[in-house]
Amino acid sequence: MKWETVIGLEVHTQLTTHSKVFSGSSTAFGAEPNTQASAVDIALPGVLPVLNKGAVERAIKFGLAVGATINRVNIFDRKNYFYPDLPKGYQISQLAKPIVEFGSLKINVDGEEKTIRITRAHMEEDAGKSLHEDFHGMTGIDLNRAGTPLLEIVSEPDMRSSAEAVAYARALHNLVTWIGICDGNMQEGSFRVDANVSVRPVGQAEFGTRREIKNLNSFRFLQQAIDYEARWQIETLEDGGRVQQATVLFDPETGETRMMRSKEDAHDYRYFPDPDLLPVKLDESWIESIRAAMPELPQAMRERFQREYGLSVYDATSLTSQLDAARFFTDTVSLAGEAQAKLVANWMLGEVSANLNREEKNIVDAPITPGLLADLIKRIADGTLSGKLAKQAFEGLWAGEGGVDAIIEARGLKQMSDSGAIEKIVDEVLAANQKSVEEFRAGKEKAFNALVGQVMKASKGKANPAQVNEILKKKLGG
Amino acid sequence: MALTHQDVLHIARLARLRVSAEEAETAQTQLNSIFGLIEQMQAINTQDIEPMSHALDVAQRLREDKVTESDQRNKFQTIAPAVENGLYLVPKVIE
Amino acid sequence: MINSSLKALSAMLADKKISAVELAAQYLDRIDALNPRLNAFITVDREKTLAEARTADTRRAAGEDSNMLGIPIAHKDIFCTDGWLTTCGSKMLGNFVAPYDATVISKFKQAGMVSLGKTNMDEFAMGSSNETSYFGAVKNPWDEKAVPGGSSGGSAAAVAARLAPAATGTDTGGSIRQPAALCGISGLKPTYGICSRYGMIAFASSLDQAGPMAPSSEDCALLMNVMAGFDARDSTSLEREKEDYTRDLEKPLAGLKIGLPKEFFAEGLSAEVAQKIDGAIAECKKLGAQMVEVSLPNMGLSVPVYYVLAPAEASSNLSRFDGVRYGHRTAEYRDLLDMYEKTRAEGFGAEVKRRIMIGTYVLSHGYYDAYYLQAQKIRRLIAADFAAAFKQCDVILGPTSPTPAFNAGEKASDPVAMYLSDIYTIAVNLAGLPGMSIPCGFSNDGRPIGVQLIGDLFSEARLLNAAHQYQLNTDWHTRIPEGLK
Repeated sequence: MKWETVIGLEVHTQLTTHSKVFSGSSTAFGAEPNTQASAVDIALPGVLPVLNKGAVERAIKFGLAVGATINRVNIFDRKNYFYPDLPKGYQISQLAKPIVEFGSLKINVDGEEKTIRITRAHMEEDAGKSLHEDFHGMTGIDLNRAGTPLLEIVSEPDMRSSAEAVAYARALHNLVTWIGICDGNMQEGSFRVDANVSVRPVGQAEFGTRREIKNLNSFRFLQQAIDYEARWQIETLEDGGRVQQATVLFDPETGETRMMRSKEDAHDYRYFPDPDLLPVKLDESWIESIRAAMPELPQAMRERFQREYGLSVYDATSLTSQLDAARFFTDTVSLAGEAQAKLVANWMLGEVSANLNREEKNIVDAPITPGLLADLIKRIADGTLSGKLAKQAFEGLWAGEGGVDAIIEARGLKQMSDSGAIEKIVDEVLAANQKSVEEFRAGKEKAFNALVGQVMKASKGKANPAQVNEILKKKLGG
Repeated sequence: MALTHQDVLHIARLARLRVSAEEAETAQTQLNSIFGLIEQMQAINTQDIEPMSHALDVAQRLREDKVTESDQRNKFQTIAPAVENGLYLVPKVIE
Repeated sequence: MINSSLKALSAMLADKKISAVELAAQYLDRIDALNPRLNAFITVDREKTLAEARTADTRRAAGEDSNMLGIPIAHKDIFCTDGWLTTCGSKMLGNFVAPYDATVISKFKQAGMVSLGKTNMDEFAMGSSNETSYFGAVKNPWDEKAVPGGSSGGSAAAVAARLAPAATGTDTGGSIRQPAALCGISGLKPTYGICSRYGMIAFASSLDQAGPMAPSSEDCALLMNVMAGFDARDSTSLEREKEDYTRDLEKPLAGLKIGLPKEFFAEGLSAEVAQKIDGAIAECKKLGAQMVEVSLPNMGLSVPVYYVLAPAEASSNLSRFDGVRYGHRTAEYRDLLDMYEKTRAEGFGAEVKRRIMIGTYVLSHGYYDAYYLQAQKIRRLIAADFAAAFKQCDVILGPTSPTPAFNAGEKASDPVAMYLSDIYTIAVNLAGLPGMSIPCGFSNDGRPIGVQLIGDLFSEARLLNAAHQYQLNTDWHTRIPEGLK
């Protein structure tokens, strides 16, 4: 039997506010335990929540970015359960009336575009952290993270492979960092993914029973966990077993998922509207001012790159997969001239990207700037540098040897375009390689290339290849 | 509709209240008499009535995104049952 | 001295006829003498009180002359008070020294008022007789066999016995008005959102409201000027212009339209109370008020609605008491679940557990719509009843409690009977309205009886005005129990 995997993702993004969602405590990462846990965060008797405008603003921004409905009235509910890292015994979240509903995001997998629907996005508070190091057999609770604002983004079960799920998660990660609502730091838990996975025979309309994989904090784990889980579900069903609704954890050590709790011991969260928080009513003019301040979004920018610069889908997608890279690209293009956009794209996706990968650097930390790259592109465009020489010049730029012209000078990279000088080298090469000349005349085309190579070698790579070709043809033909 | 013994045990567990069999029995009787009173509500047709969560029809006020709190860990932890290295200690949490 | 109004005390302090320290010491002595009998206070701390009094005297010496400077007040033990034990009447918080001040407490401190201590109350404000306090029942100063009412029973008893010239209370379903009635004092529950709830330990967040308790409505108005006002720390606090609650006190009653809801005078109201309420009506008529009959058809459902909504909110509000960060933690436990269950079973008393269980049940899967949602819908009907009534009248008048103070132990084992004693007060909280109870006479066996005035939203000044005019012409509010003079 052929099986189809069905995946929906719930992504918790930590919002980039300075203070917590319901208190004035700092959200900075890495402070000493419980030093950023105020009276409100530790839920002293009598304390009350007051909503952070910055969190609401970021949620609206996200809703606008995914073309969603922004609910003009949205409501906070209490989700009740006992856990030591949940000081109030309930989490403030949004159930019935979330701030964002009905959005979508486009992804590209193997050149195919697909739209993933976003069911909803709601604001909620994060819990604290349980530290399981040994405190005489006890667990330590740090509430610094308690009350940090989260936007939980829930997709429809629209993905059909781990590759699609990863593409969606990446696109979402790109978007939330792009619009600046989340720092995207997965190690610090700023972007955490839960995956709902089920399988069904191809052609079956109903969904299979799903299991939820909790807290995946890297794209690689997301892929591994879904692949393992789907395989496990298929095997279970093929062996005549049944999949039971459950919450599971992925163990990166073993690459396996294991059951955390079954549906039977699922919590009864007793949601109800939080009486301490009033309905959030959003002002039309506020939403419009947020809309007006929105940056060009990755999808729009990608389409513009294809349209205006003639870039391929692949190149345009790559250049807009990260805000810093896209900015680098547009800055370089504006300096080098729009006519050079394709060349800029090639360099960015070629040398720049290769160097960054090798050194595991982000583009903002690269030794090369848009100004330097634009200078290099200009020297290629005006014929000063051949492709091959340009690579050497780039090495110089990367190594911090100075400006492009200085490097050309110092490394002696200037392209030889003086036809008299080139002719002289060609003559010398032809004289020294009579065998190749005869082979060419006997009809061996390959011999021509060998001669070109010899000329280039003799010119130390500086001869203008187009001119070399032309002169050689003339001489051999004559 | 009456609460069963099982219902009482279930809600006691949800509310994290240890109850003895005897307490559960007393609770069952009392809760059922209270729910006798509460059931009067069911006689009212409330179709099309908007539920009322708040005493007044006011919108949530928003706070500027500013850090206004400073570290008060020492003060807060002097009243804590068990702390070590600035952490609140609880029996081992098994996930 | 001990029966002086706040206005009189203010004048004495201003004229330096007495210092704040001397005044506080007088009340502290009286507390020392009488509290062992009445149990109105959970915490008294002479040194702290006198230190606050000294601060007030210093401020006055430095030229400050605000009218409440140096006046003593007792606080219900539901308000977090920095450095003071704040128990909420519960074993759960039996060791809880609050690390911060409730906003209401800060406001009194800023005004220079001197705290006489923390008054006894029903555990977590759940009760109508003050018998659910972990720290023992409070006795009614008028008759020590009787309950003082609840949940602000300690505050009511303290004021009635003049152990304090004024006190704070909180009212979720009648917890200021009912004990005020049963102890023969005046008490005001303001419109929801007028006094900050920050630092007031939550019972039912959408109903809780702090208010003043004192012998007279004039005293209450002066206290309101201190305790009311916007607080950015409470999302439900209302941003309104500052009011002078004494501004209308002297207005005559003539022309005031008083609504008498027929449902308040139906079955269940004791004859003795009905008679005294009739007396109050007659007095108001004499003063020129006009009576109109109004109806609150859904009022009978306020008790069932309340006993769904308040426990639901409470079950969630009280989840933070888990033995992890403060308060009681059980001595021995096997694991986390064991710790939670034993801590909460030991820390909470029977009534609190009962309400947590009701609340947990009505919110649980499969019951939410039938109970919680239905109750919220009927709450809207009840609020609409009041809105309609206030189209016909300015103020509503009726009994505060169906009976005078009952005997201790009388209803303790019958929760439903106890719940029904709040039948006239609960609807006011559901609708968010201001309500007030003032004394209007005594039962045949000498127990006080209160009359309730209910106003439309934000009409505190009008209620205080009506009450004050009544009190200018009656002396019930000036009486003190014979044995305590």
